[in-house]
Amino acid sequence: MDFTFISGQLFTGLSVASILLLAALGLALSFGLMRVINMAHGEFLMVGGYLTYLAAQWAGPTLGDAWLWVAFPLAFLGAGLLGAVMEFAVIRRLYGRPLDTLLATFGISLILQQAARQLFGSTGVPVTAPAWLGGALTLGDVTLPFVRLFVIALALIVLAGMWWLLNRSPFGMHVRAVNQNREMAAALGVNTRSLDMLVFSLGAGIAGVAGVGLALIAPVNPTVGAAYIVNAFLVVVVGGVGSVLGAAVAAVLLGFVTALAEGFTSSSLAQAILLVLVVAFLQWKPRGLIPTKSRALEEA
Amino acid sequence: MSKLRSVCTTTLSLILAAASSASAQSTVKVGVLHSLTGTMAISEITVANAAQLAIDEINAKGGVLGKKIVVVKEDGASDWPTFATKAEKLLTQDKVATVFGGWTSASRKSMLPVFEKNGGLLFYPVQFEGNECSPNIIYTGAQPNQQALPALEWALSKGYKKIFLLGSDYVYPRTANLILKKHITDMKATLSGEEYVALGGTEFSSVINKIKAAKPDVIINTLNGDSNVSFFKQYQAAGYKASTLPVISFSIAEQEAQAIGTQLLNGQYATWNYFQSLPNPANKKFVAAYQKKHGAGAAITDPMAHAYMDVYLWKAAVEKARSFEPMAVRKAIVGISMDSPLGKITVAPNGSLTQAVYTGISGAGGQFKVVAQSKGVVKPEPYDKLAFPGKTCP
Repeated sequence: MDFTFISGQLFTGLSVASILLLAALGLALSFGLMRVINMAHGEFLMVGGYLTYLAAQWAGPTLGDAWLWVAFPLAFLGAGLLGAVMEFAVIRRLYGRPLDTLLATFGISLILQQAARQLFGSTGVPVTAPAWLGGALTLGDVTLPFVRLFVIALALIVLAGMWWLLNRSPFGMHVRAVNQNREMAAALGVNTRSLDMLVFSLGAGIAGVAGVGLALIAPVNPTVGAAYIVNAFLVVVVGGVGSVLGAAVAAVLLGFVTALAEGFTSSSLAQAILLVLVVAFLQWKPRGLIPTKSRALEEA
Repeated sequence: MSKLRSVCTTTLSLILAAASSASAQSTVKVGVLHSLTGTMAISEITVANAAQLAIDEINAKGGVLGKKIVVVKEDGASDWPTFATKAEKLLTQDKVATVFGGWTSASRKSMLPVFEKNGGLLFYPVQFEGNECSPNIIYTGAQPNQQALPALEWALSKGYKKIFLLGSDYVYPRTANLILKKHITDMKATLSGEEYVALGGTEFSSVINKIKAAKPDVIINTLNGDSNVSFFKQYQAAGYKASTLPVISFSIAEQEAQAIGTQLLNGQYATWNYFQSLPNPANKKFVAAYQKKHGAGAAITDPMAHAYMDVYLWKAAVEKARSFEPMAVRKAIVGISMDSPLGKITVAPNGSLTQAVYTGISGAGGQFKVVAQSKGVVKPEPYDKLAFPGKTCP
């Protein structure tokens, strides 16, 4: 265990944390604020990944490496639109029935996976990161791949954007008001219906953006979403349901625990260690790191 | 009226009986049992297609012993107990003469007792970890000494002395690497590290960090499926390329190369008994026939070539035995040899193939160019002498 290895693992922890955070941020909105257990959240990531592939196919030949900048709005709007449709067609009818949302969204996730299989084939599609993301920053003996730094930056930008939106914008004030007391907010003139739809599709859109980041380092195939959904829920639950800040802290914590466990044992053992620690942690703090105060939670 | 009806039904049933006995005489049933749905479908559908192609070719030329082959196709659904149930159905209900099928070791291990109990015969087309031998299975894919060990020997001959073993966490990589480790020690090379990632895993930063610390000369890769995509993306991002740290893979063939992205895989190695680019005439014919049916860009892999040839091997054994009876066919198949797309192959007494081994380098369009091949053909050894001393096939 030399210094280079340990600093490399520290960077790994940060990089794992950024991916956990990207996967979980959208979920922090739909699960955290709206109590919708969205099992199809991973499929929004998958949609983001496929839209990244399409952006590379369409814009790649004309724009060169700049196709990546087309991918972000495309993935955000595409996944967000899908989220809006889903909210309008299914979720809207199931508010206040978390177990029913779990079943319904699980069904939707299977439908979306099969749809991707029909459209793109079950083999998965290749996405190659632009050349300018190909290099690495070298600090002494430690190399930090640009693509990893890019994903970390992406997670920070999305986190900052979400924090600003929830805490500094009029929209965020309405969201927080509805979260704390839905009836009172409605009585004061907040259109809770359209707000629900906006929040849900925003969560979906953020997952789409996360999908762009993932496509640069992971496969794009019909089941890629399923690979991230468990960890995304872990982050939201450990962080404290409803807290965006909690999700961020939890992602960093889980990222470093994973990197540490992987460094000293093996990758397959590390996942087991992580789950044992999470179970133990939830015995100690069942409401997560940063519990939010809200009517809904106190009633539950 | 009732008399007329009984005459009619008797006549009709006589005609039907005659027709069915006639068809029973002119056809023979075989089973094709692969995952047509679920996670393995991506690999197994094309293998089933290759077996079907051989059957169609044989039927077009008059069949086997004058009988047309009728295929009973069953879906193992990527679910190992389902493979056992479907195998039982094929043997006891459809009474097939033989079965072509299976891919994962788990599916094979669940089918094995069914074939042994019912006296059936299975042709299994995929490379595997060895350490198993059944008189009811013809293992045509590579045994460890026909893929893993030649790859190791080739790596050592190129001067790569420090070897890192990377695999998915299940039976095949674990067993293959157990054998490799014995031989690495035996050949005075160095094992610089060994890592397993859960099947389907996508996060490789820690693994790459460990590789960086271990400074190996070469990686021997037994990852399966899409984990390969993540690994090669993150390996490249960490600044590695084929010329600085080569990777030799055992589960990446032409089809997988297309999915990983040929750019990412450029210059990396794979070891198999078959590559689509093999220049022999039987292979050119096979590739042309397959692409005519499934599209000009269709990739053809080692397990597909094995599955295609398995049907021809079965036909030759049936004709030699002059019988469809499974155990008579099993007896007759020993010693049969033919010029197949894989080159010259012969069936050894243990039911596996004596076949050549090729190491290829990945290039344009996901095709592999052969850079090394075994001296002649290699005899199959299901039990590695170092890893499983004293164990042999009956």
